[in-house]
Amino acid sequence: MTDILDTARRDVLEGGRGLAEHEILEVLRLPDEALDEALRLAHEVRMRWCGPEVEVEGIVSLKTGGCPEDCHFCSQSGRFETPVRAARIDIPTLVEAARQTAATGATEFCIVAAVRGPDARLMERVREGIAAIREAVDINIACSLGILTPEQADELQEMGVHRYNHNLEAARSYFPEVVTTHTWEERSETLRLVRERGMEVCCGCIIGMGETLEQRAELAAQLAAVEPDEVPMNFLDPRPGTPFAHLPVIEPRDALRAIAAFRLAMPRTILRFAGGRELTLGDIGARQGMLGGINAIIVGNYLTTLGRDSAEDLDLLAELSMPIRELAKTL
Amino acid sequence: MLHCEGCGAPASEGDHTRCRERRAATDPPRYCTTCGRKLVVQVLPASWIARCVHCGPLT
Repeated sequence: MTDILDTARRDVLEGGRGLAEHEILEVLRLPDEALDEALRLAHEVRMRWCGPEVEVEGIVSLKTGGCPEDCHFCSQSGRFETPVRAARIDIPTLVEAARQTAATGATEFCIVAAVRGPDARLMERVREGIAAIREAVDINIACSLGILTPEQADELQEMGVHRYNHNLEAARSYFPEVVTTHTWEERSETLRLVRERGMEVCCGCIIGMGETLEQRAELAAQLAAVEPDEVPMNFLDPRPGTPFAHLPVIEPRDALRAIAAFRLAMPRTILRFAGGRELTLGDIGARQGMLGGINAIIVGNYLTTLGRDSAEDLDLLAELSMPIRELAKTL
Repeated sequence: MLHCEGCGAPASEGDHTRCRERRAATDPPRYCTTCGRKLVVQVLPASWIARCVHCGPLT
């Protein structure tokens, strides 16, 4: 075993302390021949500090496209000529989406809107949607509506939103290469508001946007510092028409190294497989990820793209003896 | 099919290999194959709905 994995075994597995930034970087730099060992250790850490359970979530886009922001990875920005056309779903369709999610056994349903932050009209729509879902479907409701004001955070908390997603997306040092219309600090401030209101914090990232390994380690350390309840790990799916359309899909081994490193940085966090995993890892990689530190998944489709058939993921969880369960309360 | 459902260009012109790969892997249809207009697509967890503002819903 390498020195860094010895350190991780002692500090993370036995001590429950996440790796520091320079240690995360060492994991990201592990040679290919040490990858399986790193994944095994990350899996042990997950089992030791989180248990075998897996949290399953579904997501839906309430308002698609036409976003004023310029997140370079996103096909929903109105600033880029992409194939995505603006669309909104009505409340019955939103309820149907929640029903489809609950039918998989999922415990979490996230309502997402492509906006800088919600306006009064969107907040009212979210309120209506949450009320309608509550009447018809038994599931926790999360939201991802961009940058919040303190008043909006209050409102969401009053609506009973269980968890709020707002990703850091990239390391602070790389963020200006990814987004220029708002700052990393604005995102961080929304996370603070969410935490203060008592909602669970979901804060993730996209791996493979051209960042260096140093910046990937920086990102993991900055996410750990947020102490999020959940970290969704996305892998860049280079979308046509976006400034990142030319970037290559990340190598599967690099994606798996990132999964192991993030688990060793955050031993008690819900680490969720999110967008891009099908493209980056395929079926074999998905299994390796589930046995390499991941303990949550998004099932079914994403916001504008299609995911794996949820039955395939559920079969895999059953085969791996990983029961589905809501997690944050237990970690 | 007159237009590529991945990029909206005439289906008989150019190389649409990448469009077909995306469609097979991760993408719902993006353009109307009849008129080439961008579709309004709503992706739900277990399904998708697409509609052309000119030609109507995709079935």
